[in-house]
Amino acid sequence: MKFFITAILALLSMSTSVMAAEHVIGQKNKAFTKKSITIKKGDSIKFPNQDPFFHNVYSMSESKSFDLGSYAKGVSKSVKFDKQGEVIVQCAIHPFMKLKVKVE
Amino acid sequence: MRLWIFLPLLAICVESAAEALFSKDEIRELRKQWLLPAPTLHPRHKQLSKLGKKLFFDTDLSIDKSTSCASCHIPELGWSDGKSTAQGLDGAPLKRATPSIINTAYSKVLMWDGRADSLEQQALMPFFDPLEMGLNEKLLVAKVASNQEYSALFAQAFGDSAIDSARISSALAEFQRSITASNTRFDRWLKGDESALNNEELLGFKLFIDPQKAACAVCHHPPNFTDDGFHNIGLSNQHLEDPGRYRFTPISLMKSAFKTPSLRLATRTAPYFHDGSAKTLLEVVEHYQKVGAKEHNFSPSLLPVNLNKEEKEKLLAFLNSLE
Repeated sequence: MKFFITAILALLSMSTSVMAAEHVIGQKNKAFTKKSITIKKGDSIKFPNQDPFFHNVYSMSESKSFDLGSYAKGVSKSVKFDKQGEVIVQCAIHPFMKLKVKVE
Repeated sequence: MRLWIFLPLLAICVESAAEALFSKDEIRELRKQWLLPAPTLHPRHKQLSKLGKKLFFDTDLSIDKSTSCASCHIPELGWSDGKSTAQGLDGAPLKRATPSIINTAYSKVLMWDGRADSLEQQALMPFFDPLEMGLNEKLLVAKVASNQEYSALFAQAFGDSAIDSARISSALAEFQRSITASNTRFDRWLKGDESALNNEELLGFKLFIDPQKAACAVCHHPPNFTDDGFHNIGLSNQHLEDPGRYRFTPISLMKSAFKTPSLRLATRTAPYFHDGSAKTLLEVVEHYQKVGAKEHNFSPSLLPVNLNKEEKEKLLAFLNSLE
């Protein structure tokens, strides 16, 4: 019985990890490496800073509001998108850096 | 005979001043990074700019006919005004220094707090500010329309003489795009004139871009000496007085953060900083040497600056070459 429950839990965790993807969008030359992306609810986006100066990642969109703070070259931070909708992600330091995330 | 011997030697010396500091590949890369491209102009730039110039200098376009754009953006003062903080109608003190409009043709965001995304958007803001020019859209258009001289200029710029605020802002923006500085001594050095910068200025440039020394280029990016970004540079108590960019991006990093100004012709635009608190470029350099991460909400982009007296002189020599 114990074995059965463990197996079910393991399968469940595997299926969750298979379903939720992690996308990577860099910050390079004062721009996000993509202008827009469509992802599934529950997916994450990792934002590596590839510029030799600080960037920030934040959003004030209704469906997802977050602030990853500012970080230097070589550092990455991730955010999970757990609600459907459109999210505008920006760098507060360089506000012309914009990414549109469509969460389905 | 002696001259024939010394001339080639002189040529080698002049060339080696830069090459002693930078490799040939580095010089090639620096030129690629720092040379300003030509600004993107409207196909009818000439006509729009002519109209924009007249609008820019017209004091009738304020509530009491006392103030034009050029009252604060004075050509002889680097298109700024030489004051710590600007003065509005009746000499009322405004909160911030007048930013120069030099090379705003390249700006991605405008104003100290970045509240305008384009020159077209920015151009009308001072007209509609009750402390600056005190008009509204209707009054502005009426005042322009009441001056017969504008009729022909609008027709040349737009094909007909209809006047509206969108046309006024287009013309003003296009005039501002003509206020550029791209032929400073530094630019002439970038274009290949080895004699345009002396050894001290070249050493100053090396300090300017070195992240371990002056680290200026961490924010004053090529080619326009600005990252078009926002930083809290640790001016005393500023977070209590002026929220800066935080008003538009309310996250803690932006508290009292202001736009990085460009530096070409900065020699003419004293005093410096958004509050005009530095009277000279030396005071600017010394500020960065004094402040540090201990300051409230200090920008993480600003690296520690550690320059001795000679290095500061070299850095200032370079800044003076942006003339």
